[in-house]
Amino acid sequence: MTDDELIWRIAGGSGDGIDSTSQNFAKALMRSGLDIFTHRHYPSRIRGGHTYVEIRAAGHEVQSRGDGYNFLLALGDSFARNPKEEAVYGDEEIKPLSENLDELREGGVIVYDSGLLEEDDVAELNLEERAEENDWHVFPIDLRGMAKEHGREVMRNTAGVGVTAALLEMELDHIENLMTDAMSGDVLEANLSILRDAYEMAQEEYEFEHDVRAPTGEHDEEQVLVSGSNAIAYGALDEGCRFIAGYPMTPWTDVFTIMSQNLPKMGGISEQVEDEIAAAALAVGASHAGAKAMSGSSGGGFALMSEPLGLAEMTETPLVLVESMRAGPSTGMPTKPEQADLEHVLYTSQGDSQRVVFAPGNIEEAYDQTRMAFHVAYEYQIPTILIYDQKLSGENKNVDESFFDREPNPSLGSTLTEEELKEAAHEATGKFMRFQSDPDETENGVSPRSLPGQKGGRYLASGNEHWPSGHIAEDPDNRVLQMDRRKRKIESIRAELDEEHDSQQTYFGDDSADLGIITWGSQQGTVEEAVERLNDDGHSVKGIGVSDMMPFPEQEMTEFLESVDEALVVEMNASAQFRGLLQKELGRFGPKLTSMLKYNGNPFEPGEIVEGFEIRLGGDSAEPTAQVRFEPAAGD
Amino acid sequence: MSAFNAIGEEREIDRDEFTPGNEPQPTWCPGCGDFGVLKALKQALPEVGRNPEEVLTVTGIGCSGKLNSYLDSYGFHTIHGRSLPVARAAKLANPELEVVAAGGDGDGYGIGGNHFIHTARENHDMTYIVFNNEVFGLTKGQTSPTSPKGHKSKTQPSGSAKTPIRPLSQSLNAGAGYIARTAAVNPNQAKEIIKEAIEYDGFAHIDFLTQCPTWNKDAKQYVPYIDIQESDDYEHDINDRAEASQMMFETENKLYEGEVLTGRYYVDDESPSYQAEKQAIGEMPDEPLVERYFDEDYEWERSYDLLDRHK
Repeated sequence: MTDDELIWRIAGGSGDGIDSTSQNFAKALMRSGLDIFTHRHYPSRIRGGHTYVEIRAAGHEVQSRGDGYNFLLALGDSFARNPKEEAVYGDEEIKPLSENLDELREGGVIVYDSGLLEEDDVAELNLEERAEENDWHVFPIDLRGMAKEHGREVMRNTAGVGVTAALLEMELDHIENLMTDAMSGDVLEANLSILRDAYEMAQEEYEFEHDVRAPTGEHDEEQVLVSGSNAIAYGALDEGCRFIAGYPMTPWTDVFTIMSQNLPKMGGISEQVEDEIAAAALAVGASHAGAKAMSGSSGGGFALMSEPLGLAEMTETPLVLVESMRAGPSTGMPTKPEQADLEHVLYTSQGDSQRVVFAPGNIEEAYDQTRMAFHVAYEYQIPTILIYDQKLSGENKNVDESFFDREPNPSLGSTLTEEELKEAAHEATGKFMRFQSDPDETENGVSPRSLPGQKGGRYLASGNEHWPSGHIAEDPDNRVLQMDRRKRKIESIRAELDEEHDSQQTYFGDDSADLGIITWGSQQGTVEEAVERLNDDGHSVKGIGVSDMMPFPEQEMTEFLESVDEALVVEMNASAQFRGLLQKELGRFGPKLTSMLKYNGNPFEPGEIVEGFEIRLGGDSAEPTAQVRFEPAAGD
Repeated sequence: MSAFNAIGEEREIDRDEFTPGNEPQPTWCPGCGDFGVLKALKQALPEVGRNPEEVLTVTGIGCSGKLNSYLDSYGFHTIHGRSLPVARAAKLANPELEVVAAGGDGDGYGIGGNHFIHTARENHDMTYIVFNNEVFGLTKGQTSPTSPKGHKSKTQPSGSAKTPIRPLSQSLNAGAGYIARTAAVNPNQAKEIIKEAIEYDGFAHIDFLTQCPTWNKDAKQYVPYIDIQESDDYEHDINDRAEASQMMFETENKLYEGEVLTGRYYVDDESPSYQAEKQAIGEMPDEPLVERYFDEDYEWERSYDLLDRHK
């Protein structure tokens, strides 16, 4: 834990404007030259309930939410109604204060809206006593009253931001500029005057005895604040994706929304359809006709896509699906992250699966691997799936603007033009051999396709096993040839990923270490920070964030595991799914592996991983304090 | 220049071009009504000036699903009930293709029922032929959504307690623009109806009565049939929703009483197709989306241009 960082938490009820306020404040901090990482926690409700957003801002690079936080802006839950002792949702009005105190660091600052949080309720929290114990600095301020004076009660968020800025000794200019960009007229005027009044009031009324201040930082180049969902959508757009079909489901909806808002302007097509079976089937249809297409969902909706996924495999139709995981089984916890759909995504659909699965570990990887997913899908005529989760989907991070300054790639991959069709070997027979299976002709397993409407390329794409011409066949020799060719594609993809591209796995920590931490997907940044901290504390640890789920990076993982005596496998699920995959693919290393699992709906914090490492690998025998579970691997 | 030269090619088209050369002959049973659909379609396509390479047939599963195995055009043989979502997306991606979807009564009205309602409601510009033989054929004779009440099969040994589905009425309620019923035993009418359906600018649904001599021996072979347009006993304005609805209701009752009525039931000449609607609100490109991937001069927009809002 470093002192030169601010972790600002704004808490209130859903619908109270927590999101928009925090988004603007995060940008203001970014514009002042700081690195930003945001974390969003919200209930599956439209209005009310306990919600918060954390903004971590530092003068150095940040890649996780961090441990705890040091500044709380507690707005009341204005949507809480009739709190009764027996009510299911309990006393929500006080939650923005009561629910958040446990994670507030020593020396932290609390600003709460005394206009919404009743004095009696606050008294019950023993706030004074706890503040003294933890050296918290508490500022009860009537933000609601201040906003009312300027005409609009909902603008108490702005009052809170003004007070925050004063207490952190920040300048207001970035915040004012952002407000001016986003609003106009009376609303803007009112907000600006609330902001300044709150700022000046706090400066005049209070003595700043706390140590928390806005850190200072300086970026070399222009920064943009983007989410994982932005990165996936933008990767797809840059790769020439112009067709999306979907059905809303949290958290996949974010990608679907971003694409739907941009595609029509770019001459693309977005379709919201009747269900997820239709959504994936539409993407298959559009891709078959020659568009670069995608669909996606979250666990429950992805279950319905099992059929069209298999159809795409058998007909060798390029297809990109995204699966944004949330806690299951069934509808589980819609707004909480988990990494428990891995096996679902790897193995769903009948038959021997021929698909590719990537799990990006951070926002930049989400962009890069989306582009890779399209490249692989269209080059190898195979469905590719990007698996990520609610955490990566919704978190925001600053990225150099130049990161996105890339060339588009609208290539349809192994698709023939009419000119190429004329020269294809089928000219003699007059029948286009869409699914040519001769191993000499199709070394990498790919047999180029034609598109409906092209001269000289007509064929039947069938979800049944078929002859090279595409017609249905149950001939045993043909079956084996076709199956082997499709399997060959997976081997070729592995070879291309290994040889022609930088590894999609991310290595960090001490290269010569004997102890390792392995993770996958959205936990990568958190593990990376934990490894850094462990090494700073005198341990010697190396880490790896794995992105290739299928085909599995067998060689890379073997080398990593051979180089360590023991490794902790960190993932957000209860059944150690990735560790299971690791053992299945490598067939050994069980005795070296211990799983560290968390599945309470909250992602890991770096401190928890540090603690887990020290308990399991660092010689400490204490019980973990966090809600995590250790589990030895089979063979241990 | 278009990357799809087969589309819109003007020449005399022989219907034999739609017959595959060396491919296996149909595996349908002798006397199967499915032969009637294949024949009518092969005749209709050249007559409306469509060549095999600009036609995409999308089928489901079952005996009906094999239609495009015996028709030499571009084809996509999908999975149970999913022909419509695949077909309508292909049409959106390349509206210049002639897209014909086909499936059986189990495939189209049962497992694919949801897609049927929504494709009709959106009035996608395509043709949908449902082979209705009142039974599951390829899985060996089980009761289907159009089987009459009381129909006995291996899976309904005491006879079905379910009222059969009303495909024509359902189609009208959902929003299809063109609705007709024809029968394999009436080849001339079948061909003419398919031609109209293909040329119709919107969702054209044909409930195609196809007898199953193997599994549905008890069912009427749809003869004698009455062509409602030819009969003096039936007069209704096919552009009038209410009259069409009344005719469909009568027809659907009478089918199970042994009186087979066929013909055009409803034609909506007013409503634009989904593609036209989508274009009008600026959510669909004027040129086929797919052409762009072959246009070397096309300037692809980049996400970089969207970053201002993230600063």
